[in-house]
Amino acid sequence: MKYIRDIGSYFLMLKKVFGGFTKGSVLRELIFKEIDDLVIGSLGIVAFISFFVGGVITIQTALNLTNPLIPKSLIAYATRQSIILEFAPTFMSIIMAGKVGSFITSSIGSMRVTEQIDALEVMGINSLNYLVFPKIVAMMFYPLVIALAMFLGIVGGYIAGVYGGFTNSTDFGIGLRDTFEPFHLVYAFVKTFIFAFIIATVPSWQGFYMKGGALEVGKASTNSFVWTSVLIILANYIVTQLLLS
Amino acid sequence: MITVENVKKSFGDQQILKGISTTFEKGKTNLIIGQSGSGKSVMLKCLLGLFQPEEGRIYYEDKAIQDMNDDQQRDLREEIGMLFQGGALFDSMTIEENVMFPLRMFTKQSKAEMLERVNDVLDRVNLKGENKKFPAEISGGMQKRVSIARAIVNRPKYLFCDEPNSGLDPKTATVIDKLIQEITHEFNITTVVVTHDMNSVMEIGEHINFLKNGLLVWKGNNDDIFKTDNKDVTDFVYSSDLFRKIREVQLKSK
Repeated sequence: MKYIRDIGSYFLMLKKVFGGFTKGSVLRELIFKEIDDLVIGSLGIVAFISFFVGGVITIQTALNLTNPLIPKSLIAYATRQSIILEFAPTFMSIIMAGKVGSFITSSIGSMRVTEQIDALEVMGINSLNYLVFPKIVAMMFYPLVIALAMFLGIVGGYIAGVYGGFTNSTDFGIGLRDTFEPFHLVYAFVKTFIFAFIIATVPSWQGFYMKGGALEVGKASTNSFVWTSVLIILANYIVTQLLLS
Repeated sequence: MITVENVKKSFGDQQILKGISTTFEKGKTNLIIGQSGSGKSVMLKCLLGLFQPEEGRIYYEDKAIQDMNDDQQRDLREEIGMLFQGGALFDSMTIEENVMFPLRMFTKQSKAEMLERVNDVLDRVNLKGENKKFPAEISGGMQKRVSIARAIVNRPKYLFCDEPNSGLDPKTATVIDKLIQEITHEFNITTVVVTHDMNSVMEIGEHINFLKNGLLVWKGNNDDIFKTDNKDVTDFVYSSDLFRKIREVQLKSK
């Protein structure tokens, strides 16, 4: 029963987010601030993780391809497919559910605890539009982060593969271009947009409707990460079934 | 002026407000006092439209809040200033940005005009020159004064204060009380203060509503409250040692 109520409350929140818009000039500033906090602020960790995970994928693939009949170009092919189809869009989004999601829940939750949301409401401001809408717009730039993750993952794979002595530059280049399906990029970015929406809204919902004090803000952040991750995994399955099968 | 008629509010099976009728007069500091759990905060949230009463009506001048559509309620809220118990300042904004916030949201003034108004109200609450500090960098009393500045910057017709003195030392609390009263008289606004602080009652209680268990059991001012025979009120007023001793001295001198 609680889950049904929660789902209802989430969709009612979405309805309010897109109604009663905040003054345009204020909203524009908020959107730029959220892009800085949520998107630009994530670039460092995304670059670091993507580069090294790309390298690890290449090394592990190379170590498992011991049969001399299998061409070395398959290392780059497997790296490309793993990174574009799953690692960059899905697993990077789960990492972002932890970083960005917890930030969103704790910042909105703290505003709830310290009556800042009540202050907005008393002033006649649609607090959901003021707080959540800019985050949704900012997260629509999140696919750029995933594009960077794809690029750096493959660069990491190239450096680990070529300079680690697992393959050479020519084979890696052949593998990268081998049977490349552009629709896989479309699939990856379609699901990235869906994950971006989940990362912006589920943690906002957790923070906005939390009750209690500082301890509950921490609990809400944990719940936010759990639920955002679960929804990303579920959405990933559904989108894959719809677009690739 | 705000008029309240037979307001009832429940949460689940528990009836918090059991039919309250009163008026909050313009140009006066109207107090809602009572023990914890008496319904003061629920009453305030009903006045602000944050809670919808099941029964009864709340009139701002001659217009009932229940009859207002969303746009009218939004317009009304632009005429309301609110001082929250904890200040409720936006901690990511400087003092200047906090005070300027209602102007940015609801007016079309230029940046220079807004800044002039912000400096005026900061001066009024004795915080001139503190514009660039963040809420975390100033004391609790200063935060309350910034909150008052934010509440009055858009020239509200109604000012609501929820426990304005909580967490403040007696001297700072008196400064805040005096400031609220001065602003009320200066701008001729309808001020409603929720408190259980007897010092506030003595300082600024021009029109006091005493609530007990969701009922309005007494009305009067800060002179009347020490003369009344209402047992509920005397139990509340003389619950502290200080006021009991004052009472004993008064009775002896009679």
